[in-house]
Amino acid sequence: MNDWLLALLGTLLFVALAPLFAAWVKRVKCWLQNRSSPALLQPYRDLRRLFSKQVVMAETASPLFVMTPYIIAGATLLAAAVVPFIAVNLPTAAIADVIVLAGFFSLARFFLALAGMDVGTAFGGMGSSREMTIAALAEPAMLVAVFTLAMVASSTNLSTVIDQILAQGLVLRPSLLFALLGLMLVGIAETGRIPVDNPATHLELTMIHEAMVLEYSGRHLALIEWAAQIKLLIYGVLIVNIFFPWGIATHNSVTALAIGAAVVFFKLMVLGALLAVGESVLAKMRLFRVPAFLVLALTLALIGLLSHIILEVG
Amino acid sequence: MLEQLPLYQQAILTLAALVMFTSFALLAQSRVVPMIHVFAWQGLLVAITTGLVAFDSGKHDLYISALLAVLLKALFVPWLLHRLVTRLGIDRDEHGAEHPATVLLIGALLVIFCYYVAEPISELSASVTRNTIAISMAVVLLGMLMLVSRGKAVAQVVGFMSLENGLFFAAVAATHGMPMVVELGIAFDVLVAAVIFGVFFFHIRDSIESLDVDQLNRLSESDE
Amino acid sequence: MSALYLTLLIPLFAGMLLALLGDRRGAAVFNVSASAGGFAASVWLARTVLQQGPLGGEAGQFHIDSFNVYLIALTALVGATTSFFSAAYMAQEQANGRLGPGRMRLYHASYQGFLFTMQLALTTNNLGVLWVALEGATLATVLLVSLYRTPESVEAAWKYFIVCGVGIALALFGTVLLYFAAAQVIPDVENALLWTVLAEHASALQPVVMAIAFVFLLVGYGTKVGLVPMHTWLPDAHSEGPTPMSAVLSGLLLNVALYALVRVKILTDSALAGGTVHDPHLAGYLMMGFGVVSFTVAGLFLHRQRDIKRLFSYSSIEHMGLMTFAFGLGGPLATFGGLLHMTVHSLTKSAIFVAVGHASHIARTQAIDGIRGLIQTQPAVGWGLLIGTVAIAGFPPFGVFTSEFLLLSATMQSYPWLTVPLLAGLGVAFAGLFRHLHPMVYGDRPEGQQAVQASMWPVVLHLVLVLWLGLSIPTFLAEWFDQAAVLITGRGLL
Repeated sequence: MNDWLLALLGTLLFVALAPLFAAWVKRVKCWLQNRSSPALLQPYRDLRRLFSKQVVMAETASPLFVMTPYIIAGATLLAAAVVPFIAVNLPTAAIADVIVLAGFFSLARFFLALAGMDVGTAFGGMGSSREMTIAALAEPAMLVAVFTLAMVASSTNLSTVIDQILAQGLVLRPSLLFALLGLMLVGIAETGRIPVDNPATHLELTMIHEAMVLEYSGRHLALIEWAAQIKLLIYGVLIVNIFFPWGIATHNSVTALAIGAAVVFFKLMVLGALLAVGESVLAKMRLFRVPAFLVLALTLALIGLLSHIILEVG
Repeated sequence: MLEQLPLYQQAILTLAALVMFTSFALLAQSRVVPMIHVFAWQGLLVAITTGLVAFDSGKHDLYISALLAVLLKALFVPWLLHRLVTRLGIDRDEHGAEHPATVLLIGALLVIFCYYVAEPISELSASVTRNTIAISMAVVLLGMLMLVSRGKAVAQVVGFMSLENGLFFAAVAATHGMPMVVELGIAFDVLVAAVIFGVFFFHIRDSIESLDVDQLNRLSESDE
Repeated sequence: MSALYLTLLIPLFAGMLLALLGDRRGAAVFNVSASAGGFAASVWLARTVLQQGPLGGEAGQFHIDSFNVYLIALTALVGATTSFFSAAYMAQEQANGRLGPGRMRLYHASYQGFLFTMQLALTTNNLGVLWVALEGATLATVLLVSLYRTPESVEAAWKYFIVCGVGIALALFGTVLLYFAAAQVIPDVENALLWTVLAEHASALQPVVMAIAFVFLLVGYGTKVGLVPMHTWLPDAHSEGPTPMSAVLSGLLLNVALYALVRVKILTDSALAGGTVHDPHLAGYLMMGFGVVSFTVAGLFLHRQRDIKRLFSYSSIEHMGLMTFAFGLGGPLATFGGLLHMTVHSLTKSAIFVAVGHASHIARTQAIDGIRGLIQTQPAVGWGLLIGTVAIAGFPPFGVFTSEFLLLSATMQSYPWLTVPLLAGLGVAFAGLFRHLHPMVYGDRPEGQQAVQASMWPVVLHLVLVLWLGLSIPTFLAEWFDQAAVLITGRGLL
């Protein structure tokens, strides 16, 4: 019972911290670009404002349009619940499977793309089509990277993977190195960051995610934005906890949990800063270059898989 | 198993994988100067791996090979190429393959092929580098793939030289280097080849006013 | 041993001197005398081997046995006679204004450098050095192919460089694998690439590794031999370079590459002899396959050529295919035929290229359509070309007939059904050569066609030698061939 409570608390913390992570990335970016940054709490204020506003809907909107924000938020919330955040070996570990996670994400993406087309505006349809193009290319790369992980740890369960990697100690694994790089690229593409998409722009030629949610307002928009922030944090947590799991709480004592929380905060801060550096250094690429970017991700993941088979077995 | 090996042996394997990655990066890279830089990195990685293998096997000859590799593959040849493209004024050109994504996937298939070919060979060896034989063969074949997928002279030369890197790596991986006299002979050949390639850039440019070797198509049986 | 060192050092130092001194007045004469000196040294070497048996010992860096000694002498001979021709030919080219002094310096230095790499490849006992020498041969000749700096010649040279470079790189991979196999069984690793040491341990080498290594080596050295489909560089390089270069490429380089291939085949055969993992005759089958394909394809391509040098370079591919087939077939008779064919083809083909060089000077073009009435204009060149072609097409009583006859008999013994395509191929090639040759030699002489300063005696010398070999093979040569056949197949003929 205690464990379930802990899992619930972990999930709540996760959801609550997601806007903060986005704000942190933004703040580092502002520092790097010599701008004064918004407060770290700004995303929360934005969300509060959106929640309090009235929802405006197009006349042509179907019930699907209304349902979609809740489905997206629900799926993302469930995904957040299964990712080991501060501790492993929680009861949610039973469904903490990478493929389940990928399933939740595609469910959310499916509905978002449908909703983008639902109202019938040109931008929505364009955004949906672009989103699905990228998804179709990103998914194989992600799966190959995940298979690499699965082969290294003989499991697709996140908790088991983390346990395995902790048990082996510090091992230089070429396969994990490449899987990490591949997963990072996939993460960038899936969460719509530079150089694939720019979350801060509404330039019609380039936007992908923003084009789909253009028709949303009020609490619907708030839910979708929040879900996007949670998704970014999920990718961040996946990367730091799978590839650098040291410090995560393996049992449920207070000290272990405190250390786990502190370590994961620190790791996420570093990762967020790296993301900000990457976004400042790179220019957003033309949409037609995105497939090449994702093929690079796929190649990296494949090299990881191959180097596991060639170099690490036998 | 990997986790029972000492750290520097794990490093050898990781570096081998990185060498393979640089081969893929060369395949994907279309701009000339970054391509030469990636090539230099590949040479450096090969040299570092050689140094680690020398440390691992205790063969002092290999330190000389590693030094030779740094000088030749990581410094001299890239420097020469860099100088040539600057002097020819083509350092901003795009020399990409026509279908980069297809080429990358073919590359991945080649790696799998190499794994199958090299598997019976690596089974016979007890050395830590036995599994890198497949990697070195892959670097050779990826260099060849780069040669056939590019139509520009500079990219072809980089592919050729990367193929040579793969051969050097094969010698280190399979047998901890060749006898010294052969090693020196090969290094000399590479050196001369690099210089002759340089001469050729000027010949080709003088004769067809570009370095697009796809335009070299006068001698062919098909159009007779 | 001093004969051996002289054979190697004369071309090496001559090449360096010619590179340093540049195109002085005596450069061509010096080139000729250095090549003649190299030939004298090689004859001395051959005499020593004849009297004392194989040179070089067990673990020496050089090894001369009956397989390579005659090739060394042959290489030096063709090198020397071609240098005579080259002096006359290149003087004419300079007079025509196609070449300046800088290019002549490059030409002479590369000529001697090429001869050095050939002799090094033949004499060395180290398979790694053999590779280095063959790659060196590419490097020495590649700038000669583009000597005229026309777009075509640059293209030919680039193709030559890239195709041969990649091919030879695969051969190095094969050599690495060979060394890997050797290092498992030979205690002294430093000597594990020496051919004599390898031959001694050959039966203990891992068959799997040797089979893979042989495939790499076959593709690699096969590129240099000019086997189809790796032959694409060969007609281009032959047709665009200066004609003396075509003569030595066809007469020497292809032979030496085949020599390297046969050396590794001997090792592979012993390693696979048990036959538990692979067919013991795997290497032979592969060579037979490549040989027959090259032979047939080149024979067909002969018909559609428009350039006289391309025509004869396809004929070289055809004959190299035949030799590869012979060595692949195995057995003392076929091997004897193959060794003889190497000799007579090399002599005949270089003689033909000498005649072709003069013919193209007479007609001022290399296009077959432009060359007419040679016998009327300059009978010596016309007859030289005609008799050379008759010899290469396999007419009795020339040596090519003898070797092809031996080869066909051997085929009849082991694979009777294969004699049909072989005979058909010979017929096709014969037709391909003569349909082009006939108008060139006989046809009507165009207006204003003039005779040129020609040095035809290399042609005469080579063709007389080929005729002699067709009528009777000298005892010492037959013994060498026989010993080499014993070395290659384990059985002798005599």
